[in-house]
Amino acid sequence: MRVGPGAYLLLSAVLFGIGVAGVLIRRNAIVVFMCIELMLNAVNLSFIAFAKVNGALDGQVLAFFVMVVAAAEVVVGLGILVAIFRKRSSASVDDVNLLKG
Amino acid sequence: MTPLLAATTPSEQAEFVVFAVLAPVAVLSALAMVLNRNAVYSALLLVVNFFCLASFYVLLEAQFVAAVQVIVYAGAIMVLFLFVLTLLGIGNEDVLTETIRGQRPAAAVLTVLLLVAVGAALLGGVLDTPPASLAQANEGGNVEAIGRILFTRYVFAFEAAGLLLVVAAVAAVVLGKRRP
Repeated sequence: MRVGPGAYLLLSAVLFGIGVAGVLIRRNAIVVFMCIELMLNAVNLSFIAFAKVNGALDGQVLAFFVMVVAAAEVVVGLGILVAIFRKRSSASVDDVNLLKG
Repeated sequence: MTPLLAATTPSEQAEFVVFAVLAPVAVLSALAMVLNRNAVYSALLLVVNFFCLASFYVLLEAQFVAAVQVIVYAGAIMVLFLFVLTLLGIGNEDVLTETIRGQRPAAAVLTVLLLVAVGAALLGGVLDTPPASLAQANEGGNVEAIGRILFTRYVFAFEAAGLLLVVAAVAAVVLGKRRP
């Protein structure tokens, strides 16, 4: 038996779908954040699978940059979450409705 | 996807075994992460998922990215998540009332639609690609090869990433500061 790149791409699609469902269903902002991380990792898996298909390392470098941006995004996002929690004592995404018309 | 070929080398068989064991673990841990009520359990299940992905990266001849995945993602980012979870208090659970009516069924339908679309795109051609090898690109070691390409072709992106990290660090300090 042999595992082709298609198996990894299919797994990546399934993981991405689970992440999308999590973002749409969950109300806790931190869990929503974790689902975003899951989606980023699913895309990283396809990048690395495609790097192997093409026989070049550019996909792996791109996955590395995705990780860098994800780290920066998590730092800022969690900072915003803590600031919101201080103001409103809630981590639910439905409670952030100050801009509602 | 996995054609039954008589001529498979032992390393390919090993890859198949590892993939067959870890792929269900990755999917199940992701599902459990989404469905778990307790956010701390969700974070720990996500760590399990990240370790599975790191093993897949090793199978795909991406040793450097696998190490970065374990150190940066499973190590640093998830510890940050757990820090914030404990800082905000784990007592407040999810509110179960739906703010938008019918959101959950709509979310399920949209997710299934997305999976069908991506699956159709995959079945349209990529699934049958023969497994290639990175042996030529990885000559002299994966880390050396990545370093070479990172500091020549992608040096501008690399510097921009450094700048981005500095800005993010400053932003975290500013956001975390208590205003009088």
